[in-house]
Amino acid sequence: MSDVLGFYPYIAVAILLMIGLYTVMAHSNLVKKLIGLSVFQSAVFLMFISLGRRDGGTAPIAPMEHGHAVVDPAIIYSHPLPHVLILTAIVVGVATTAVGLALVVRINESYRSIEERDALASDRKVDEQLDQAG
Amino acid sequence: MALQHDQVVLRIVTKLLAPLIMVFGLYVQFHGDFGPGGGFQAGVIFASAVILYGLVFGLDAARAVIPPRTLRLLAPLGVLLYAGTGVLTLLLGENFLSYNAIDPAHPAKGQHYGILAVELGVGITVASVMMLLFFAFAGRGKVKA
Amino acid sequence: MLDIINVSLLLMMIVTALAIARLRSLFAVAMLTGLFSLLAACVFVLLDAVDVAFTEAAVGAGMTTVLFLATLGLTRSREKVTPKDRAIPAMLVAGSCGAVLIYALSGLPEFGAADTPVHQHPITEKYLVTSIDETHIPNTVTTLLASYRGFDTLGEVVVIFTAGMVVLMLLGRCAREREPDQDARAKD
Repeated sequence: MSDVLGFYPYIAVAILLMIGLYTVMAHSNLVKKLIGLSVFQSAVFLMFISLGRRDGGTAPIAPMEHGHAVVDPAIIYSHPLPHVLILTAIVVGVATTAVGLALVVRINESYRSIEERDALASDRKVDEQLDQAG
Repeated sequence: MALQHDQVVLRIVTKLLAPLIMVFGLYVQFHGDFGPGGGFQAGVIFASAVILYGLVFGLDAARAVIPPRTLRLLAPLGVLLYAGTGVLTLLLGENFLSYNAIDPAHPAKGQHYGILAVELGVGITVASVMMLLFFAFAGRGKVKA
Repeated sequence: MLDIINVSLLLMMIVTALAIARLRSLFAVAMLTGLFSLLAACVFVLLDAVDVAFTEAAVGAGMTTVLFLATLGLTRSREKVTPKDRAIPAMLVAGSCGAVLIYALSGLPEFGAADTPVHQHPITEKYLVTSIDETHIPNTVTTLLASYRGFDTLGEVVVIFTAGMVVLMLLGRCAREREPDQDARAKD
């Protein structure tokens, strides 16, 4: 049991990844797919941050003395590098999500639907008409 | 997009909150060296003040605060400020983005100035891109099905 | 105590994610993504990542929700019933991926342990001690972001800029001027 307790963030990461992946694959709605992707993304963020965590640690911000940061060997810090990577990844994530949503808006304007199936069906219809004409 | 005129509470609370959010954004931007914060967070917070204003008072009011034309200039300006800091250190005889060159007598001070400049570039780009995203989505007319 | 709060927050995140996957009203789903981000931000605070929590709260709970709501306002807010023929294969693929992941993750060092490669690598000393001596900046995350990994961050800023320009090309005024009939349609 203690084994499982030591790994609980990773198990949560795996479950969230599964839910995100399922949402992306099982749903035909394009907005829902993007939301599933962002759940998937959050799970990855969570995993990186869990790896940097250290028991008894604190946020990697040093104390100040006389206007200067000082090194205090007694303080345990969590690792700052995953924080840096994920911090930028979150903002890049929202920018790329916006690109996806813009594509969804354009797809809706062309196909009058944000369902993947409807768009594929209307593509197929156009193909058939072209085949008959040709 | 604008709310009805009877939404008095929302309008007044927005008027109170928007400047505070902007000041908080600036605090996060320039206090990022000492506490949690930095250009990425500050940019989003600053943009969210304008977005809140646009949601409550309408898109045209928000466009009057910051015209999209200005934003389209600011977005590349932030990237240029970042890259320009790198070029400056190159010209001063150091590697790209090694801020020690800015103040060779006090490398720590040089690092401080360099990080401030770079974070400002990040903040400007992130804030203007976020506002541009909002204007692009909110300004698009809905197509009747 | 910390672990109990952590576990309950993670459980809430999982429940929210399940609700997101199940619900068909997309407005409700958009609001739930905001809640999901807020819970994630709380977990990040407990995991000592205050900068990340800050970003997640500002971006996830604020920006992403607004973008999803704006898209739903431009499209439609109700998801059509998806035929069930995809549910079983999707569940199988997601389940097997999850099983592989859990198997692989169980090979990781225990959560929070100090003797992991992450914390034992010499670069950790450089980031947490030398960086403070070199720059006198207390927040090591800022030092790393802007100075030690400056190239990386420059790349990220360029990505954000590019994404903004792409959205403008897709949705901006120029794209609309090519379809003059659309303005007329939007008005009625």
